[in-house]
Amino acid sequence: MEFSDFLWMTCGIFLTLATFSFLYKDNPFYKFAEHLVVGVSAGFFVVVLWHGTLVPNLFQKLEDGDWYMLWLNSSEWWYIIPALLGVLMWTRFSKEYSWVSRWPMGLYIGISTGIAIPLEMSNRVNKQLHAMMIEIDWANFFGGNILSTTSGFAQLLIFVGAIAALIYFFFSKEHKGLFGGVATFGIWILMIGFGASFGYTVMARVSLFINRMQDTKDWGIAAFNNAEVVNPHYGAQYQIVFWLLVLFVVGYIINEIVSHLKSKQV
Amino acid sequence: MTEHKNIFDRMMSLDRRWIFLFLIVVCVATYTADFTIPINTEAEVESIFNFLDSLPEGDIVLVAIDYDPNNLAELHPMTYAVVEHLWRKKVKIIFTSLSQLGPAMADQAIRDISDSLKVDKTYNYNGVEHNFKGREIVNGVDYTFLGFKPYYALIILGMGQDFRLNFPSDYYGTPLDDLPMMQGVINYDQVACVVDLSGGNITDAWISYGQGRFNFPLMLGLTGVMVSQYYPFLGSGQVSGIMGGLLGAAQYEELADNPGRAKDGMRVQLFAHYVIILFIVLGNIGFFMSRRKRMEGGN
Amino acid sequence: MKRQLPFLLVFIFGAFMTIQYYVPHESSEFVYTFLLDWTMIIGIFALALGIWSLYHVSVDKIQHKKENWIYSYVTLFGLFIMVVFGFSYKVGDSWGMYPLFVIALMALLYCLIHASISRSKGFWLGLSGAALAVSFGVAFFDDSWKLAFMTSEGLKNTMFTNFADFVLTPILATMFALLAFFIASAAYRAFRARNVLASLLLIAAIIVMLRFNPYMPFGLPELVAETSSWLMNVPNLAAQRAIVIGIGLGIVATSLKVILGIERGYMGKG
Repeated sequence: MEFSDFLWMTCGIFLTLATFSFLYKDNPFYKFAEHLVVGVSAGFFVVVLWHGTLVPNLFQKLEDGDWYMLWLNSSEWWYIIPALLGVLMWTRFSKEYSWVSRWPMGLYIGISTGIAIPLEMSNRVNKQLHAMMIEIDWANFFGGNILSTTSGFAQLLIFVGAIAALIYFFFSKEHKGLFGGVATFGIWILMIGFGASFGYTVMARVSLFINRMQDTKDWGIAAFNNAEVVNPHYGAQYQIVFWLLVLFVVGYIINEIVSHLKSKQV
Repeated sequence: MTEHKNIFDRMMSLDRRWIFLFLIVVCVATYTADFTIPINTEAEVESIFNFLDSLPEGDIVLVAIDYDPNNLAELHPMTYAVVEHLWRKKVKIIFTSLSQLGPAMADQAIRDISDSLKVDKTYNYNGVEHNFKGREIVNGVDYTFLGFKPYYALIILGMGQDFRLNFPSDYYGTPLDDLPMMQGVINYDQVACVVDLSGGNITDAWISYGQGRFNFPLMLGLTGVMVSQYYPFLGSGQVSGIMGGLLGAAQYEELADNPGRAKDGMRVQLFAHYVIILFIVLGNIGFFMSRRKRMEGGN
Repeated sequence: MKRQLPFLLVFIFGAFMTIQYYVPHESSEFVYTFLLDWTMIIGIFALALGIWSLYHVSVDKIQHKKENWIYSYVTLFGLFIMVVFGFSYKVGDSWGMYPLFVIALMALLYCLIHASISRSKGFWLGLSGAALAVSFGVAFFDDSWKLAFMTSEGLKNTMFTNFADFVLTPILATMFALLAFFIASAAYRAFRARNVLASLLLIAAIIVMLRFNPYMPFGLPELVAETSSWLMNVPNLAAQRAIVIGIGLGIVATSLKVILGIERGYMGKG
């Protein structure tokens, strides 16, 4: 690893620690990182949009035209139309002409809702209903194991559970009698579902922290040249940078503790 | 006032920063200790692995990197495991990333994995030893990175017509027709399957607009937060397999004998879960004790 | 014209796209393909609005010295420095005068912000001119790097990729990693087995969290793993299936309302 790469890595670790400092309290380092990331991600997006979409999907289509002909003489001149409609979007900022932006909006909304109707109906509703309407495997009701996911019991539970949960969602009729019983079963099923979901959410959040620890460890390894591949460019400057950052963090923590104690004394 | 508080009250009014500190200490301690926990694979992940492993050399898989850096912790390990497995088998890959900052993720993953495949390695899975000879991964031959386009639903539908409709050129600006591996590759018909690694709504679009309309085998790698929502699609056969969170990634790493960050992190994951369960239990003990006290006081 | 035409457009294109799915024909397929491409291009211009409003909000904060206004400079410099990197690339082995070029452009940005908000416009515009002249001069005389607007070499610029890898990625990843701690504290404070339903939720959550735990006696690890797999594949599947169907019906109903002009909120007032 080159020293410059190591410096970049150090920069990443510094920003990681700056962001983590929010756990203690809001502070200038966190604010700096927070505002920086908004700008950098927007800038990244601008560049990717430009190189990735505007150039290949619009400019290159009109390349062989001339600007003084308004590109109408290019071989794919019809690409002017979406560009023009797109520019009309910008009238949104004007108080007087913002109604013009509704035309391209109308087109966009019409198309996106139009494609949604048949596909969402078929894939979210029909196919799910179809999957529910399978014949229960009575012969193999417990499948030798109550926790089998393919037994008739599981199929029945999925069927009844989904119907009950749908009933709980869709009918505002007072939940009483048999109807109430089914709706109650529905909410039980939903709660188990949410519980499983929550368990996975905890896992997800913890993973995010693990990733940051792994990056920090990689940085430490790079600083002390402990990696499998020995770095030919390696020198003391790596460790100097490492200790400078550690020193800075420790200093900051001590400073915080001291000011905390002082404020308590007052 | 404070003298009247019993231990449970005091426990309930603990500054949350102590909880943070405790969790940090446990995580760091577990991470420093060098041990691994066994990973048991599950059917959801095995079906993905078996499908991809059965692909012959030269087939094309579309890997959709639809996540931003905020979800990289869970999804990057999946990308690394899946892509490395495919490249080892000389399966070609078309990358897309329909998430705003996805190109950064895909670009980084492609660079890293290409580097790691330059050396010879031996893998042992399915009871067979596989010798991999290190090779250069070449853009346009082993993979094509199509890059980002906004409005994912339209793009997923557009790719079903022709990749060139929305992607006249790849991320690095080379026209698709100039890339050797894209010769004769028109749309999803030439792709063996789609692996969507996603941290958001784009998965819904892959299911409804992609698989639903063009009927290709679709496999999902999802963040833990989302994973439970997609089981109905697994049950109905619309989705052929699901990897959920870091655990899913660790299972794929285990299956492909390619231990990486996911397997490395699972021990921390386990102990962090212990801590959180401990907090839930403590919170509940405090809750029941103070409720009993209140009831007694009421009587 | 102001209100009716947009609704007509929504209806025509919505109905066309819906019908096209059921009646695929060569000619309708042709129009459909075209529309997919066009809509995306229109959309790109809409995204530019978002970037513009980020710029506008930041400058506004600086102008009125709102809370944390000083950090708005950080946002703006972050934005523009990425844009500069994305449009330039190294040719030779060294960057040459590139740092000066970037600094000059950042100075230009600073001066332009002040020119737009300060009273002494002339002074700031003069300084902007000077900064612009410096950057032009460097760009003209330095051959070690180049600008590229119509080709995408900038995406491979190491400054650009390093900013993505070592600034953007760590901060965003860490911001979400903070949630690990908040969920621990929430678990401590909020998850109470108050009643049967809450207990069901808690038990399911704990089983799922312990599914890969090898440190339990009496063959419990296998049992917990199997139970959690059953929980995911049976009750969870049933619950989520109801939700999926519900959402699906919701999307279809809303889309129909939009196409038929019953739901008009998205058009705004006026």
